[in-house]
Amino acid sequence: MHWFPEGVSTYSGTVDGLFKLILIVTGVAFVLTEVLLFVFAWIYRRREGRRATYTHGNNTLELIWTIVPAVFLVFLAFASARGWKAIKGSVPMTDEVVTVTGAQFSWEFRYRGADGAFDTPDDVVINDELRLPVGKPVKIRLRSKDVIHSLFLPNFRLKQDAVPGVTIEVWVEPTKTGTYEIACAELCGFGHTTMRGTLFVLSAEEYGAWLAEAQAAVAPPAEPTAGAPGATETPQQAPPA
Amino acid sequence: MSEHETPFIRKYIFSEDHKVIGIQFLFVSLLFMIVGGLLAMLVRWKLGFPDQPVPLGTHLPFLAENEGHIGDDVYNMAFSMHGSVMIFLAIIPILAGAFGNFLIPLMIGARDMAFPKLNMLSFWIGVPGGILMASSFFVEGGAAQTGWTSYPPLAAVEAYTGVGTGQNLWIISVLFLGTASIMGAVNYITTIVNMRAPGMYFFRMPLTIWALFITAVLQLMATPVLASALGMLLFDRTLGTHFFAPTGGGQVLLWQHLFWFYSHPAVYIMILPSMGFVSDILATFARKPIFGYKAMAFSIMGIAGLGFIVWGHHMFQSGMNPALGTAFMASTMVIALPSAIKTFNWLGTLWRGQIHYTPAMMNAMAFVSTFVIGGLSGIFMASTPVDIFIHDTYFIVAHIHYVLFGGTLFGIFAAINYWFPKMFGRMLNQTVNTIHFVLTFIFFNLTFFPMHILGMGGHMRRISDPNLYEFLKPWQPWNEFISINAFLLGATQLLFIANFFWSLFKGKKADRNPWRANTLEWVATSPAPHGNWGDQVPTVYRGPYEFSVPGVAEDYLPQSSPATVPGHAPAGAAARA
Repeated sequence: MHWFPEGVSTYSGTVDGLFKLILIVTGVAFVLTEVLLFVFAWIYRRREGRRATYTHGNNTLELIWTIVPAVFLVFLAFASARGWKAIKGSVPMTDEVVTVTGAQFSWEFRYRGADGAFDTPDDVVINDELRLPVGKPVKIRLRSKDVIHSLFLPNFRLKQDAVPGVTIEVWVEPTKTGTYEIACAELCGFGHTTMRGTLFVLSAEEYGAWLAEAQAAVAPPAEPTAGAPGATETPQQAPPA
Repeated sequence: MSEHETPFIRKYIFSEDHKVIGIQFLFVSLLFMIVGGLLAMLVRWKLGFPDQPVPLGTHLPFLAENEGHIGDDVYNMAFSMHGSVMIFLAIIPILAGAFGNFLIPLMIGARDMAFPKLNMLSFWIGVPGGILMASSFFVEGGAAQTGWTSYPPLAAVEAYTGVGTGQNLWIISVLFLGTASIMGAVNYITTIVNMRAPGMYFFRMPLTIWALFITAVLQLMATPVLASALGMLLFDRTLGTHFFAPTGGGQVLLWQHLFWFYSHPAVYIMILPSMGFVSDILATFARKPIFGYKAMAFSIMGIAGLGFIVWGHHMFQSGMNPALGTAFMASTMVIALPSAIKTFNWLGTLWRGQIHYTPAMMNAMAFVSTFVIGGLSGIFMASTPVDIFIHDTYFIVAHIHYVLFGGTLFGIFAAINYWFPKMFGRMLNQTVNTIHFVLTFIFFNLTFFPMHILGMGGHMRRISDPNLYEFLKPWQPWNEFISINAFLLGATQLLFIANFFWSLFKGKKADRNPWRANTLEWVATSPAPHGNWGDQVPTVYRGPYEFSVPGVAEDYLPQSSPATVPGHAPAGAAARA
């Protein structure tokens, strides 16, 4: 189905698959009810000399149209619970961690510096550009500085609110290199629309090289305003599409 | 019943007559529906034609200083107030306030509400709510910009939006409207429980009454929770408390839990009455008893009961514990069942009927047709993994409008067409309202159906300019198409308004029972006098849906008719013996 943005995470297929499954089930229900409605509307239109059938209902029918949808709904509930557990149930073990902080109206992406620890002066801090390696689970620690934002990576089928006061952990494993977009999905003020970021999924080598370079650039002076030089400009290394 | 000497102000302004109060609610909520609709037009202009100034925009407040363009803050204000006005000032007051008031005593055979003064007070507490909401546009900083959901901290701290007084007025206004709701609910419940006419057993009540009854229970139980949350938000804003502020140890998500604990039941407050109207109208114009009366009544109760344990499905991506998400997903899947049962029973009602195509009937059938879509699209969101992607996208916007416009509003159009003669003693022009129905049905679907597809494309809701995003640029022609249809949909409503007012004064005189229906309100004169019934309250002998009874010459048999039917069980209650 080409309606969706291209799915490029290990679980994007799960989400799209469930969508399609529900589309089939509800599609059958939709066609069935609408066809019946329009057929009845036509054949039982008022005609002289006929009288409506006098009936108050039928318990067998009531049972059938309770049990049959119930079976489908239970089935969909179990399928959904499985997918949900796989995606949001637990974060896989990984040493690849990014701290993402939403603020009116930009995204801050923070990587560990050369010291291997977060929240130290040598952190690599970049606004509105997220770089991730392909083929490796990444843990995202999500925070907000002010109001509720929602980190939305459409191609990953990832969406998670960033809530001030708490850190929420989600994960993703990109499956394809390329350049994608980042949006805020929760109304966060007059600049909500402009809270756009760019996502670069890089090959492991490119990513490693970029991170090492960025860490090296930050390390010596350790200024509080540190950011990778050139990081907020247009990307130098356009990854293969 | 001495209305001969009732002065004008007591008869039409501070009236204690449930019918007058109902009509007051009707006019006020229709007025606000126009306001809400115009705000929607602004929203659609921005999305369809982001680079062009609004026609005549240089003469409009908020737009004039921007050469007629809609700024991002004004855009936020427009959709926030569109939602707030439609939900709090149009839909809820028209369903519970207008139809609840007008129909309950008439349909159960009472002379008035149990507490007529409280009833009057309920309207007059609602009015300042409306005035405050409307006036918030004209204070410094303008009206609220935080969506109809007003999530803190955005809504709790002035600095985050730049809106001070406007947001406070929003909170106070909703508090007033909530109080009015609670007062109305107390009255409806008491009246239905205590004041039914002789013979009007619970299972002889029309489904409209069942729906209004259960709606009142929902309002009574859920609205105080909203009121407490609004109080806390107001304190956070004005007194420096930290209920929702993490800096002071508050909980941001607490608001969402409290808000949705009210607002999910509120979704059913906004659909159940329409379901009731539609059930009565389908039976009347199919000339057939409602199919599965008891199943219909019990499914209303099922929806209401389950409605209290599904609020978390608005919060799957909020950071709430994912295990809790699974629990709410399960309850949400279950609530689809009673809706399915209702839909099949409506179809069963049409089966082998004699369908009379009046505007009321067409709108009622449109309700069934679009409610199916709104109900089924809910299953996508109920599925937690799918919701990750479609949450806060246009898929949700499509869903809510299929339920609240496709469902509720078609139900309201049906109800106005159906009960107008009883309210005003005159008939609406059927031809004009048939044209209004056909155009509304077409433009409604062309406006809202494509939004599902936008949602699948990942199109976020509440953004003012999708063209900032590469992946949304290809959808611009769709947005334009949607906007054009939205304008046509809006323009079509002029037909309805014109017909409404023309018929009010010039319409054909209505007799007591123009639709040859069975329920008690059609026994009263059109319009009914204060006290409704003259000397004698009607006695009820049978259920409300005795249409086309074998052995009866006419194809209807009113509830108050003492005629005995040869060889036939009297009550219309049992689904089937």
